[in-house]
Amino acid sequence: MRPILLQGHTRSLTQIKYNREGDLLFSVSKDKVVNVWYSHNGERLGTYTGHLGSVWTVDVNSTTTMLITGSADNTAKLWDVQTGRCLKTWEFKTAVKRVEFSEDDTMVLCVTEERMGYSGTITVLPINTDINAKQSDEPLAAIHNDGKKAVVACWGYLNKYIISGHEDGSISQWNWKANEKLNTVTPHEDIISDMQMSTDRTYFITTSKDKTAKIFDSETLDHLKTFTTDAPLNSASITPKFQEFVIVGGGQDAMSVTTTSARAGKFECRFYHKILEEELGRVRGHFGPINTIAIHPDGKSYSSGGEDGYVRVHHFDPDYFKFKIEA
Amino acid sequence: MPGLDYNNLPEREEDIDFSDIYEQHEVQVDDDLDTIVVVDGAPVVDEAKEEKLVSVLKKLFTKNAGEVKEGGIWMPMAPNDKGKKESKGYLFIDFETPESAHAAVKNLDGHKMSKSHQLSVNKFTDVEKYSKLGDEYVEPEIEDFAPKEHLKSWLMDPQARDQFVMYRGDDVSIFWNRKTEKPDHVYSRTNWTETYVQWSPLGSYLATFHAQGIALWGGPSWNKIVRFVHPGVKLIDFSPNERYLVTWSNEPINLHRMPEGSNHPFSEYDEGNHILIWDIKTGGLLRSFPAVQSDGNKTVRWPMFKWSASDKYFARAVPGQQLSIYEAPSMGLVGKKSIKIDGIVDFEWSPARADKNDPKLGLKEEILAYWTPEVGNQPARVTMMNVPSKEIIRTKNLFNVTDCKLFWQSQGHFLAVKVDRHTKTKKSTFANLEIFRVCEKAIPVETLEIKDPVLAFAWEPQGERFAIITTNDPAYGAMPGAGGAAPTIKTGVTFYYLDKSKAVAGFRPLKTVDKKTCNYLFWSPKGRHIVLATLRSASVSDIEFWDLDFEPLNTGEGKSNTKPELGSSVQQLSVQEHYGVTDIEWDPTGRYVVSGSSMWRQTVDHGFCIWDFKGQQLLHENIDKFKQLLWRPRPKSMLGADQKKKIRKNLRQYSKVFDEEDLAAGDANAARVIAARRKAIEEWYAWRKRAEKSMLEERKAAGKELRSADEGKSETIEEWVEEVIDETEEIVD
Repeated sequence: MRPILLQGHTRSLTQIKYNREGDLLFSVSKDKVVNVWYSHNGERLGTYTGHLGSVWTVDVNSTTTMLITGSADNTAKLWDVQTGRCLKTWEFKTAVKRVEFSEDDTMVLCVTEERMGYSGTITVLPINTDINAKQSDEPLAAIHNDGKKAVVACWGYLNKYIISGHEDGSISQWNWKANEKLNTVTPHEDIISDMQMSTDRTYFITTSKDKTAKIFDSETLDHLKTFTTDAPLNSASITPKFQEFVIVGGGQDAMSVTTTSARAGKFECRFYHKILEEELGRVRGHFGPINTIAIHPDGKSYSSGGEDGYVRVHHFDPDYFKFKIEA
Repeated sequence: MPGLDYNNLPEREEDIDFSDIYEQHEVQVDDDLDTIVVVDGAPVVDEAKEEKLVSVLKKLFTKNAGEVKEGGIWMPMAPNDKGKKESKGYLFIDFETPESAHAAVKNLDGHKMSKSHQLSVNKFTDVEKYSKLGDEYVEPEIEDFAPKEHLKSWLMDPQARDQFVMYRGDDVSIFWNRKTEKPDHVYSRTNWTETYVQWSPLGSYLATFHAQGIALWGGPSWNKIVRFVHPGVKLIDFSPNERYLVTWSNEPINLHRMPEGSNHPFSEYDEGNHILIWDIKTGGLLRSFPAVQSDGNKTVRWPMFKWSASDKYFARAVPGQQLSIYEAPSMGLVGKKSIKIDGIVDFEWSPARADKNDPKLGLKEEILAYWTPEVGNQPARVTMMNVPSKEIIRTKNLFNVTDCKLFWQSQGHFLAVKVDRHTKTKKSTFANLEIFRVCEKAIPVETLEIKDPVLAFAWEPQGERFAIITTNDPAYGAMPGAGGAAPTIKTGVTFYYLDKSKAVAGFRPLKTVDKKTCNYLFWSPKGRHIVLATLRSASVSDIEFWDLDFEPLNTGEGKSNTKPELGSSVQQLSVQEHYGVTDIEWDPTGRYVVSGSSMWRQTVDHGFCIWDFKGQQLLHENIDKFKQLLWRPRPKSMLGADQKKKIRKNLRQYSKVFDEEDLAAGDANAARVIAARRKAIEEWYAWRKRAEKSMLEERKAAGKELRSADEGKSETIEEWVEEVIDETEEIVD
């Protein structure tokens, strides 16, 4: 089906997220604006304004009442999804690169940048699920990685672990309550650009500038699958239903994009078979690197956000659901 | 002070242990005899002449070896039979450094002081060593004969596959080509070479480049076969039959910089030379040559020495002056001297050997052709010469010449000279092709006038056809832009054939195709097929596959009587694109074409594609840091013409067998792939089951069971929007 083009940002996209039902799509960009869209028709529902710097990251809780965003203005903001009111602003020493609600919505993790003498941290903040209640300033935990800084992080199931991906391509599993590193592996050769959990959080996919995407067991950090491409990758997502696929995206570095033609830039979403690690197809359309990919929780559509400032919402054709690989 | 005990300090000075200080300040007694040489064979003189002789010798040794120590010359004198004091004809010299002593032995051993006096210079330590040698004869150990590996073993592949070498990152690997499947890995080594790799012309050896020299590898084990020491070697060239190797280094041979005691084959004759010629079989150095001083032109013309087809002769042109033809393996000049040729620019050997196997040619001697530009009143000229007789067999004068390029047809039947000419005003350039028909009596020359500059010329291997690329694009000749990539210009390709229907045979255009961008021609090594490619261009990377003997399927009943139109057999098979292609190579059998995009010339998208001769893509591999891919050459077929004919006749039978084999291999492969997939799927679901189970148990224990996204509560809301687009009212009767 023809993709729906969401033209609401004036600068490159940094992250997009569906809510749990998948009816809403949240997008953040370097233009400081947070947008929310109806995912089925691409109509814009509203914006959340207040950030003074590029917004790097966004997440929405499971009841779609609260939204958290992290920005280069050194703050993380909590919003009321329905009214667009800012409920709380947390000040940090450096930019907030990644936020994520815990499974039960009672906590968020914030990955902060390492800059100006401040080391990067993963801070866990408590969230009061009542939107009218006052939010606490006191973090529950702050994790410092002793090696290279963390760039992405995810919650494990039951909030047992926090899993972080680092600048040097390593992945660590933390007992965050005790600030204790349980396990660490170095599967990537370059900076990790994205990390997304499967629906039940038992495994996750990482992408890296080393042109590979990999799947790991979140309990043991055992490496399960590798998807090798020919371009630096920025994002990957796992299909929840119908097909055992992963969708990965990336492209030539934004810096060197102007020196290559669009066909050489590899700005395509690639579909891989999750189990067989074989490439099955590509979706073209962006004319800059793909920065972020999200799949609708019902598995019938997906969206990609690019350096070109557009979000493209794709609904799968009937053929997609019929596809079967010979085995 | 070792073990100083503060509670028990020595009372007297004598008791103090100074051994550590003594050790530190101990003077090294110079008992090194390496600086001393023994000189024998000096004239016997009496006391009166002693001083004079010593001063003469001192001068000689200081000049040719190095500084002699003060009072370092000792010439023993003893009374002779007559009681007169006399020298004994030998003396000792003590040099400042062992290097000078070494140089003295090297430079002055065997030096003739006069007719009757020849010096023999030896190291003092050597004299001692040899005098201590036992008198008993010790049988030298004879090394066991180690059979050499079969250098052509790869030709015995039952499926007659071809090998290639690939250089990526720091790894060099050998592979079998398997068409559409991933190449079959044979052998790999990390850091096998430091700059690049090269096959020998018949494929027996793989040459790797190192700071110290060249190594050749081969055989089924890929072990090192031979090593050639040449510091800083940059370029190499094999003789056509793999007997000799020419190496070039930008660093001159410097004996002093050779590590002491290293096993290098150089002597003072090689000092300062850049080019070395080696015997591949023995690994021995045959001769070294100095670089030719060319007028300020820093680029090296390679190959510098060109070999005749038989490996018997090799030659080098000193631009503007002379042509030096040498004989191998004696390394001497043919006729003891170079041939003075004013203005000579370049030359080429005929690829035909001097044997009777080619009845058409029947050469008695080898031929080379050279050209000279206009010098003074003399016009530019192309000359053909027999070697070794140096007899000139044909010359052709040319006018208004800016440049010439010589192209021999692969069998040596024709020589084409691409002559770049300018008009009288020197404003525009165009080209002539002078084609020498070597097979015919008196070697007739045909001149083809081409209106436009010719960018490329290529003979069909073993054929009587050739292709040229011409351009009339005004951008031609413009300097490349700042990016370094030459601008893509419009070109045209023309195929020529030898028309024998007329009384006087001549080359005529077979077909011309215009509006192309291609800049390189690649004939299949078996002829007939040709690839036209646009290489190293920033915007276009087209590869076109052409067939010159295309036979359209007969649609009509029987053969039509009308002669097919000229050039109708020239057919484009396909046009393909390989983004960023930088290199193209046919495999030695003419079945496959590989196009590569190397990191040496291209910033992104490194990798290679394998195509069949029709231009169908068989394999596309993206390989990071891909540098080089080279097919392993094959030696000439041993089959005679009638054997080949027989095979061609029975091709249908063979192809049936091969098709069956391919099919079986394909089936086996498909089965393997499916089995591997099944296994992967089974493993994945087994793991999923385990992981899900443990996760659910933990959840249950924690009292937080999984909620599914839409617990059946979601409802689909359908919204109907009615829009009235148009309304018309009509009155119905």
